[in-house]
Amino acid sequence: MRLILAGIISTLLLLPVAMGLLGVLLPAFGYLPVLGGEQVSLDVWRALLAEPGLLHASLLSLRTGLASTLLSLIFILLLLAGGETWLKRRLQALLSPLVAVPHIALAVGLAFLLMPSGWLARLGSPWLTGWARPLDWAFPNDGNGLALILGLVVKEVPFLLLVALAALPQIEAEKRLAMARSLGYRPATAWIKAVLPDLTRRLRLPVFAVIAYGVANVEMAIILGPSTPPTLAVLIVEWFQDPDLSRRFLGSAAALLLLSLVLLALLIWQLAAHGLAKVWLWLGAGGHRDLGERGLSLAALLVNGPLAALTLLALLSLLLWSFAGLWRFPEAFPAFSLDTWERHAKDLLASSLTTVTLALASSGLALTLSVLALEASSRDQRPPGRGSLLVLATPLLVPQIAFLFGVAVSAAESGLIGAWTTVLWGHLLFVLPYVYLALSGPYLGLDPRYAAMARSLGKSPLTILLKVKLPLLRRALLTAAAIGVAVSVALYLPTLLLGGGRVLTLASEAVTLSSGGDRRLLAATALAQAVIPLLALLLATWFGRTKLERRGMR
Amino acid sequence: MTEPGYGLSLKRLSLSIAGTQLFPPLTCRVAAGEVVAVTGPSGSGKSSLLLAIAGLLPRAFQMQGEISLNGRSLLEMAAEARRVGLIFQDPLLLPHLTVGQNLAFGLSREEYRSRDARRQRIEAALREIQLEGFADRDPTTLSGGQRARVALMRSLLAEPDAVLLDEPFVSLDPMLRRDMRLLLGQLLRARGLPALLVTHDQEDAEALANQTLSLICHS
Amino acid sequence: MRLAAFGRRLSWCGLLCLCLLVLSLRAPVASPLQSDPNDWAAVLAEAKGQEVYFNAWGGDQRINDYLAWAAEQLWDRHGITLKHVKVADIGEAVTRVLAEKSGGAEAAGSVDLVWINGENFAAMKQNGLLFGPFTERLPNWRLVDLEGNPTALLDFTVSTEGLEAPWGRALFNLLYDSGSVAEPPRSFEALLTWAEANLGRLTYPKPPDFMGTTFLKQGLIALTPDPQLLLAPPKDQASFEQATAPLWDFLDRLTPLLWRQGQHYPASGPAQRQLLADGALDFAFSFNPGDLDSAIALGLLPETTKAYLFDDGSLGNSHFLAIPYNAKAKAAALVTIDFLLSPEAQARKADPRIWGDPSVLAIDQLAEAERRHFQRLPNPPRALTAGLTAPVLDEPHPDWTQALEAAWTARYGR
Repeated sequence: MRLILAGIISTLLLLPVAMGLLGVLLPAFGYLPVLGGEQVSLDVWRALLAEPGLLHASLLSLRTGLASTLLSLIFILLLLAGGETWLKRRLQALLSPLVAVPHIALAVGLAFLLMPSGWLARLGSPWLTGWARPLDWAFPNDGNGLALILGLVVKEVPFLLLVALAALPQIEAEKRLAMARSLGYRPATAWIKAVLPDLTRRLRLPVFAVIAYGVANVEMAIILGPSTPPTLAVLIVEWFQDPDLSRRFLGSAAALLLLSLVLLALLIWQLAAHGLAKVWLWLGAGGHRDLGERGLSLAALLVNGPLAALTLLALLSLLLWSFAGLWRFPEAFPAFSLDTWERHAKDLLASSLTTVTLALASSGLALTLSVLALEASSRDQRPPGRGSLLVLATPLLVPQIAFLFGVAVSAAESGLIGAWTTVLWGHLLFVLPYVYLALSGPYLGLDPRYAAMARSLGKSPLTILLKVKLPLLRRALLTAAAIGVAVSVALYLPTLLLGGGRVLTLASEAVTLSSGGDRRLLAATALAQAVIPLLALLLATWFGRTKLERRGMR
Repeated sequence: MTEPGYGLSLKRLSLSIAGTQLFPPLTCRVAAGEVVAVTGPSGSGKSSLLLAIAGLLPRAFQMQGEISLNGRSLLEMAAEARRVGLIFQDPLLLPHLTVGQNLAFGLSREEYRSRDARRQRIEAALREIQLEGFADRDPTTLSGGQRARVALMRSLLAEPDAVLLDEPFVSLDPMLRRDMRLLLGQLLRARGLPALLVTHDQEDAEALANQTLSLICHS
Repeated sequence: MRLAAFGRRLSWCGLLCLCLLVLSLRAPVASPLQSDPNDWAAVLAEAKGQEVYFNAWGGDQRINDYLAWAAEQLWDRHGITLKHVKVADIGEAVTRVLAEKSGGAEAAGSVDLVWINGENFAAMKQNGLLFGPFTERLPNWRLVDLEGNPTALLDFTVSTEGLEAPWGRALFNLLYDSGSVAEPPRSFEALLTWAEANLGRLTYPKPPDFMGTTFLKQGLIALTPDPQLLLAPPKDQASFEQATAPLWDFLDRLTPLLWRQGQHYPASGPAQRQLLADGALDFAFSFNPGDLDSAIALGLLPETTKAYLFDDGSLGNSHFLAIPYNAKAKAAALVTIDFLLSPEAQARKADPRIWGDPSVLAIDQLAEAERRHFQRLPNPPRALTAGLTAPVLDEPHPDWTQALEAAWTARYGR
């Protein structure tokens, strides 16, 4: 049974990836009969290498991906390191729910906030800055990708923070901290030496996912990234959608190049981490009791405070724009108008509905499959092995564009494109791994004595699952479902490519609108996209509490 | 060694959580070289008492009274400045370090600046706990008793002024327990440290402790 | 025993899930045009109940709103469900149809109707991806102005051959804020002089966005030694380079003076318009004389914005509607095109309060009742008043477009 389930899940996750990669592998070597490519050759690669700006675009992808991951990791480690202070706890509480804000909404909000005619500049103009017209600054979309890195950091810090907060109890961080402090280590130093090394080991897979996303993402790079040239991922999308159909060969080869870039980034990260680990060992064994305690605390506040503020202001500027009439620079606030919401209520409602149904369906399906797989796992008394982890991680580590175009071609060939269920499958690809990973810790960590007790009372396994285990896991189930919803709501490429433009979610609408001319509608769409997962998280938190907690007794 | 004022002393010390006092105010003195066993039913606050002395009491608790060590008050001091060694039932060896590095984790940087000095000290420490040649071992390959000894020695290498032990033998089998008790008594006597030992086991208390402190719940 | 039974039950659950998923993924049913297109009544009957997936640029909300209105009308009148598939570039739809052709989805395509012109039409025509000829079978075809508008049958110099029906007309014009610019530059040379005096206040949408490409073509026509050569495909690389050399020379001088020094370009015409509204730019481009009025009405541009044309002429073209060869709902697509060509729909489209896209109908030859729709329109669009007369320039052959975009990207886009 375990085998059958493993088969089902592997098929669901690996088949499309394999199919999709094959779908770009052949054209990359010149084979695509419908476009007249019938000879296998290296011509495509030669053409790709001759493409202007290719090296620049590739390095940009690599750089933004690695830099954003490194910064995000440092930021959360600073926040977690050492003694808790009131401010740090507030920051953690503030940052954690922001994980649910979809990256598209976040990118749009950041652009609205930070661009030369953005809200920040408006707030300070002209009384402080003296600008009567927006400055000619290249930000966002700056050539170095700094805006893109910032956007990725703002997005990934809450994610890594949550993953780390979940991992800390598993390595008994509190006790280790107490032990090290009783040996005379200052709090942050104690944390860095006794907790951090094990924590980073536990964070490896999430960090890999962050790197892969950072190198290969499309939607944030379109909105915040440079354009001459853009990142490799954006170039690939352009090539695949070029009216000159022969460019698809180029896109296919570049998709493989992007896949190798991701692998290269992971390799660089691993090597660097290995090197750093040596330094850590040396530090740990050397008995420095104080590695600059004050500086660490101050840095934690200095980087994470503005980060949290940026996110909130970005969301606020979405709200402002969605209620704006004509909003000329440098007016600090727009003329209030309900126009946007009134004019587009119908459209927004329709795409919100599609978004929500897709999110609930994919999340529900993922939850069911995860529970079945975990139940099988816990019944065999064997934790899921490396193999299953790899299967789950594959859709998160292989760049979406590298295989989704191939999948889309296959789907088009079989007439499946644009079907709601095709899009659902595409969402499940990414929702299932996150839901499974969120659920597996609590599920496998459940005290086996509960089940043993129930069995000794003569209960059937199904009864035990439904009446004992699932109720005990209510909080974890709801959280996993909320994570699933958040992942699904944020998905852009699967919706775009498998939906064939027929299945319109808030994510795909927002990216389309981001190249257009109506900021107000874009803001309203992005806002709706941000509200749905936040609502899901709120509901999960509320219903995840016990009755006593809800009445405020505990 | 036995001058007045030396050792660990608690004056009218009490802990409470959510307004409920865990035990009646406690006054006691643990002289240098003396071991005081702390007993009491579950939930009576034994472990919390140790955390309070070490300066690691969770926020939810309130504390009243006075704690002093060798004549200086500990109350306003950060945990890491108190020079109080804390040993849990879980040895908490760091899995990313070798056995030797785990021990070195306790060594003071100031006193053992050179690599050689550190290595020599570690080797001596390993001999003291009968683990010669274990310096480069991965701590996860050690047996329970070996791990407990490393944890104890790591704590002592930091040269604390007092040692607090929270059921350090609870996960060991009876044979090992006896060995550990002997070793612990030996190490503590050699260093002349005041020690508080939280235990459930009457045998532990009788074998090691000079006196016994009983925490009795209010309710 | 019990455990094993439970195991079996669980695995059945899993299998069931997979089967449901696979079943729900079944291919849609194919339906080529059944009825004789000459028998319009039969076409109408077949169209009833069909869904038309209309792939059209979705970057302008006014157009989206207009199509939403058309969808309501089509449902009320013909029982057709019109679904607007918003694309950022119609090239997306072209590639999708091509992918379907490669997979043999011959009669079950996902695209029923496309809004198209220029190089995309040329690509589809060349690859045999279009249904038709169909235009002459449309009842409203007789109303289309073929004499006054040569671009109705020649799409970027490529003959339409009945494979696409003209839907609207475009004329390249420039927008500026009369509050901050007194006298706008009226030629390409003047534009450069102006940019030198006003650093960072001018840019164009990034080609291959069609507005950006239009700007390049406008420049090419203005600067090339022999504009007549542009009406046929470039003979060879050398003649392309010769014809475009003055344009590159011009852009080499202009680029460092551009907004963000040409390191970044707006993604589209509307995005450029937004920057004009911010005051970050002094000019935006439009391809639609009605753009200005509706943008002001919607609060997207300040009241002081004005439109003008270059003195030596403006690019003009038509945009079209076409049906992919493998469309599922061909009958309904035909009815949709016919409806969009009706005087009522054309008049509404020409209304600057709605969209402001000029009609392709021969208005003066319409019957009295049909003409009345147009008489209800307000005064002609602001953009076309105040002596905005300049010669209409013909679009170059689509091969120029693609070569121009590729050369621009290699020079400035990377």
